[in-house]
Amino acid sequence: MSALPIHARTLAGLAKGLKQREFSSVEITREFLDRIAASQPALNAFVTVTRDAALAQAAVADERLKAGGAPALTGIPIAHKDIFCTEGVLTTCGSKMLSNFVSPYDATVVARLREAGTVMLGKANMDEFAMGSSNETSFFGPVRNPWNTAMVPGGSSGGSAAAVAARLAPAATATDTGGSIRQPAALCGVTGIKPTYGRVSRYGMIAFASSLDQGGLISISAEDAALLLGAISGFDPRDSTSVDSPVPDYTATLGDSLAGVKIGLVREFFDKGLDAQCEARIREALAVYEKLGAKLVEVSCPNLPLSVPTYYVVAPAECSSNLARFDGVRFGHRCENPKNLIDLYRRSRGEGFGAEVKRRIMTGTYVLSAGYYDAYYLKAQRVRELISRDFANAFGECDLLVGPTSPTPAFPLGAKTADPITMYLNDIYTIGANLAGLPGMSIPCGFADGLPVGLQLVGPHFSEARMLNIAHRFQTETDWHLRVPAAYA
Amino acid sequence: MATPMDTTVATPVEWETVIGLEIHAQLATRSKIFSSSATAYGAAPNTQANLVDLGYPGVLPVLNAEAVRMALKFGLAIGAQIERRSVFARKNYFYPDLPKGYQISQYELPIVAQGSLEVVMEDGTRKRVGITRAHLEEDAGKSLHEGLPGVTGIDLNRAGTPLIEIVSEPDLRSAKEAVAYMKKVHTLVRYLEICDGNMQEGSFRCDANVSVRPKGQEKFGTRAEIKNLNSFRYVEKAINYEIARQIELIDSGGKVVQETRLYDPDKGETRSMRSKEEANDYRYFPDPDLLPVMIEQSMLDAVRRSLPELPDQKAARFASQHGLTDYDAGVLTASREMAAFYEDVVAKVGKEPKLCANWVMGDFSAFLNRDGLDLPDSKVDAAALAGLVTRIVDNTISGKIAKEVFEAMWAEGKPADAIIEAKGLRQITDTGAIETAIDEVMAKNPGQLADYRSGKDKLFGFFVGQVMKATGGKANPAQLNELLKKKLAG
Amino acid sequence: MSLSRSDIDKIALLARLELTETEIPVYVDSLSRIIDFVGELDRADTRGISPMAHPLPGLAQRLRADEVLETDRHERYQRNAPQVEAGLYLVPKVIE
Repeated sequence: MSALPIHARTLAGLAKGLKQREFSSVEITREFLDRIAASQPALNAFVTVTRDAALAQAAVADERLKAGGAPALTGIPIAHKDIFCTEGVLTTCGSKMLSNFVSPYDATVVARLREAGTVMLGKANMDEFAMGSSNETSFFGPVRNPWNTAMVPGGSSGGSAAAVAARLAPAATATDTGGSIRQPAALCGVTGIKPTYGRVSRYGMIAFASSLDQGGLISISAEDAALLLGAISGFDPRDSTSVDSPVPDYTATLGDSLAGVKIGLVREFFDKGLDAQCEARIREALAVYEKLGAKLVEVSCPNLPLSVPTYYVVAPAECSSNLARFDGVRFGHRCENPKNLIDLYRRSRGEGFGAEVKRRIMTGTYVLSAGYYDAYYLKAQRVRELISRDFANAFGECDLLVGPTSPTPAFPLGAKTADPITMYLNDIYTIGANLAGLPGMSIPCGFADGLPVGLQLVGPHFSEARMLNIAHRFQTETDWHLRVPAAYA
Repeated sequence: MATPMDTTVATPVEWETVIGLEIHAQLATRSKIFSSSATAYGAAPNTQANLVDLGYPGVLPVLNAEAVRMALKFGLAIGAQIERRSVFARKNYFYPDLPKGYQISQYELPIVAQGSLEVVMEDGTRKRVGITRAHLEEDAGKSLHEGLPGVTGIDLNRAGTPLIEIVSEPDLRSAKEAVAYMKKVHTLVRYLEICDGNMQEGSFRCDANVSVRPKGQEKFGTRAEIKNLNSFRYVEKAINYEIARQIELIDSGGKVVQETRLYDPDKGETRSMRSKEEANDYRYFPDPDLLPVMIEQSMLDAVRRSLPELPDQKAARFASQHGLTDYDAGVLTASREMAAFYEDVVAKVGKEPKLCANWVMGDFSAFLNRDGLDLPDSKVDAAALAGLVTRIVDNTISGKIAKEVFEAMWAEGKPADAIIEAKGLRQITDTGAIETAIDEVMAKNPGQLADYRSGKDKLFGFFVGQVMKATGGKANPAQLNELLKKKLAG
Repeated sequence: MSLSRSDIDKIALLARLELTETEIPVYVDSLSRIIDFVGELDRADTRGISPMAHPLPGLAQRLRADEVLETDRHERYQRNAPQVEAGLYLVPKVIE
């Protein structure tokens, strides 16, 4: 029997413990709820904590566990990024615009995890409307990095990443449009996975950039991610971009040998922007892979340096349209005493949205407007095609790409808020995968001056099983993923 | 800028009108184009608006197969090029009846491309009207202004109803042509059963783009758009008003402004929509929530097989098989039900299709209109009408008497024979009886007889009238004429 | 590429965003930087390259059966609405 405290256990470990009746779901749920409450002043990882509902769900889970034959995730507490609609529960998207919005329905991801037996602890804080790389734009205040609370946790899924890093939950759902799962996972020393575009339903996932958004997970280990990914993946008739292809058992191949696996190192990922210590950790990780039998191959994606400008045309364009529905008419924030219709719109939206959101809406409006559409939007979509081809070519020479997730470890709050471009460049290594719809992961691979460093994996479309396998094998050779900040050990 | 020249001897400009119509027809699907809400008309406000229709955060559109099939039906019926790959685009603008802040429509790649329709005018001339494109899009909700002081109420039941937008080439040259074209499209969509064509309920709406130019000038004049015309009468009046307005404006030195106008039926004029004055930049881009619509050959073939006989084909068949004029054939085929009714009557009578046509287009239609009835609610069905026509054909009654019989049939719901018997309206065809009546009239009117015989031919009508009166109108007119001529001649 | 104050005013109107006097110069500056930054895209040779609308190529839109599957839940939904009367969502009077 392991002496590992409950909060430090992986999801797989908790599932085993529940099954073996080492503890009950109510017990562990209460433990996590207490930890959340205690952590809020320092970390602010949650917008809403659904204490009573969680304990009620846990009690039901315990009954099902007692009866036997319950699904594998029964009784496991998790957090949902506040971008997922949760029926009867406040769903804010980190924004004042939705600060009063109680969703009348569940996102498909939420429903599937509920059906799989999980218990919802609450809604994780995030950058407003998923726009940000540091979780500093939330209307509900910034989230702080559990490894050093003067530092950012990354974004936009900062709350999800901080919650798992501080072991406030064994796992959390998250979303990734330009790196919003992988980058905070890297900065917080946890495991994050963004699946292939279309693998996970976007129904109920409040849209930021529709052709880039994907729902995914932040967890302690690749094994945990594999368990959860199986539960949320699969065709959804409510999402036209959802792909109808079978979902493999992601856990079945976790232990496969890596002998002969070709790992591609993208030349453009190792540029001068990459922090020296981060690079050192990456190189050490690559050595582990060589030990495991993988071969390292150098590849090039020459158009990759254009991925950030490409993204900052496409994503704002789509978001400017997606956020037009927030107008104070049917739900959400409405200004007081509107004088006329235009006043209603302008003030409700001016008051409801924060600065970064307004910036992106305006950028998007501009690049789509008459006279600029060809030069910006169409041009960006063409460059996107080039970037996708680069990846396809690279995968002709290797099975998977490995490199850094973030150019630097976590940075201090306020350090990068002066110039938007500086903030945008945090996603320089992650954005490419979103543009091409490829699956990506980040796993912890060491520290730089006491702050976590993440190793990024990017695979071909629908290669999640292989990617999880490659991540898992690293985690059987190293224990970076099991490290917990002292304050939360 | 060019204005009419200031000459001392003013040369009147001959103006040509250029009109293009954009028709929005609601497709008669059960559910909406991108959601599974009902499309039925008349429900209480917002009871047929689900999360997708309301544009809630996180919702996504899924395309209705039947809407696609209906669009394909239309495309095939107008001989159009079908785009096997078409794309939905977002048209972005803010308006309270547009919940998402954008309308899902089609922009660069509509499902139906270039096609055409032929219209037969009243004088028999045929006009080919080009159709630039037809595309699928979602309808917006409704704004209600009455009874709500200081506010406007939004009902989103209609939001998401599938529409097909049919854009004509600017080929129309008069309000009459525009109405004829609009009627043709109206007929067609009902034939195809893709739209119920109910203009009062807003299922079929028309925007007219109107401009004028001096005859012979190639360049189009500036056009004004008149929105939301929902009756054939209004379309004609609005266009005619607009033409006159534009000509007067230019003649007095002004310029036509490119703008949107509304027709006010009470005042009989068009006026500018001030609120939409600011130019809207719609920022169209392909909708990332929807994938390209790929039309498989099998689907296209199935739709083609499901096409009914189209109005033009039916009209051509009537003209050639039944000897009807193109115009009359067009009138009879204006609705599938009317055409079917007519064919039923012809089949039952077995001959004289022109006579049948005259009765269907004439008294029968007149009575339907008078009582405000639709064909299925007619007081005289096809069998009954055929029965009446048969009695004309077999000389039992004259055409004139038949009108009286028809009116009684309509009022009493009885068949022709019963009315004829009850009222004793059988035509007199017995030569002897007619001759007797003629003899009596001649004997009673010696003066007129003498006058006629001395050359006053006009009195023939007098004698016809007298014999008809004497026989209660029942003498067979042809026989009467022949016998009367003989006897008067002496 | 520098955007002007009037550019920002136009964009903010199109996007229905009210900006305060203090905010406007900040947005003029940041938007100019962003547009400048994305201008780098001109470097790429994209002749003959089609714009990528969807990250997964070759997929076609799924067609759903024409069925009514929804029930009336307007009371539940209208609980979220700021102003409702007689089942209608209310906005300031719109004059057409």
